[in-house]
Amino acid sequence: MLPAPAFLTNPERFMAFSRWAAPMFGAIAVALAVVGLYLGWTAPEDYQQGATVRILFIHIPAAWMSEFVYACMAVASLLALVFRHVLADAAAQAAAPLGAGFTVLALATGSLWGRPMWGTYWVWDARLTSVLALLLIYVAYMALRASIDDETKGARAAAILALVGAVNLPIIHYSVTWWNTLHQGPSVFRAGGSALAPVFYWPAILLALAYMSAFGSLWLVRIRGEIWRRRAEAAALRAARA
Amino acid sequence: MSRLGTLLARETALAWGRGGGPLVSVGFYAGVATLLPLAIGPEPARLAAIAPGAAWVALALASLLSLDRLFERDFEDGALDHLALSPVPLELTCAVKCLGQWLATGAPLALAAPIAAIGLGAKLDMTPLILACALIGGLAFAFTGGIGAALSLGARRGGLLTAVIVLPLFVPPVIFGGGALAAFAGGLPWPGGFILLAAYAAAAVALGPLAMAAACRNALS
Repeated sequence: MLPAPAFLTNPERFMAFSRWAAPMFGAIAVALAVVGLYLGWTAPEDYQQGATVRILFIHIPAAWMSEFVYACMAVASLLALVFRHVLADAAAQAAAPLGAGFTVLALATGSLWGRPMWGTYWVWDARLTSVLALLLIYVAYMALRASIDDETKGARAAAILALVGAVNLPIIHYSVTWWNTLHQGPSVFRAGGSALAPVFYWPAILLALAYMSAFGSLWLVRIRGEIWRRRAEAAALRAARA
Repeated sequence: MSRLGTLLARETALAWGRGGGPLVSVGFYAGVATLLPLAIGPEPARLAAIAPGAAWVALALASLLSLDRLFERDFEDGALDHLALSPVPLELTCAVKCLGQWLATGAPLALAAPIAAIGLGAKLDMTPLILACALIGGLAFAFTGGIGAALSLGARRGGLLTAVIVLPLFVPPVIFGGGALAAFAGGLPWPGGFILLAAYAAAAVALGPLAMAAACRNALS
């Protein structure tokens, strides 16, 4: 992992790399999603859940991504705090709305799946509640960032919040598990092999990789946009001084 | 040590006198406890079932109220700059500020909590546990709340932002305290939740000041 970020810490190199990497990840995401969705569509219906089992292919990867993106954001925030690196800060800033999007997707698809399976759109179950808390932390991060006018200070305050959230997320997860559990435990990756039949396992994995690539692509695009915005602001400032 | 004593006396006096002090928080708490039966209905059986939990969540909300002035006033008038320059580490100063906040609002709220819970229909024998949960939970609320207050320094609409930041962090203590109270009310073993609440409070007291000091230094820089 280390050499890649070290290589990319130079903004020029990052821009040159992301220029072709962003569309490439996008193309990979589309290809994987097409295959995954086709396999998911042609998978047999579950003997208990019927056709609604297909929600799994959209739901599980989104739930994984909601946590994965937070981890990316927390690492980027740590790097931004320690090294005061602009790219790391731009990366943390760019990841937040994407992570919130995946979290909303996971909650929405889970809710639509819950109606036929559990008979209700929402239950105050441990996993649902901890994902909701994750969404609240994303919202707090974006709100904090948006409401401090001084950009550098806002960035550092948001980075501290991202780390506070990273410390708290496992505790929140643990606390709600202790509180109430209806959602099934881990099924795909677990000791003794996956509980999913291969016809359900492979579409889910392919779509997870597709989500991951889509995130990579969108993340790079958003970081690029953020760098362009900062360059434009710096140029406007220079023009105003001249 | 005398420096810290002076600081604690100052913070507690400020928190106590600041815009009504504990009266505002306790008044808000009483107001929420009054609105609950109006919204849910006055049947004693239904109220008694939710009484400890309702009193507990109202306490969490009431402890949010005075947070926005915890660092804001010292930040605006420059006292925070002086505190940051003093030989006392800023981490310790932040911890003392939260302690003062707890003494001035958390402890009075904890005294009001059993009264509110019993008014809503909780049994009398819950009083010691409610008081203990409110005292220890108040410590957790003050120290996690301080993180939100320090982070939103210099932000527009700081008070509202503090609440948005802090509410997700209140999830574990609300669950642990509510779980202990519900277990006690149901005649089940309750120490588990209570011990976890105390553990969360201890972690907040130990780690919260680090985040608060980092946030204050950032706002002052």
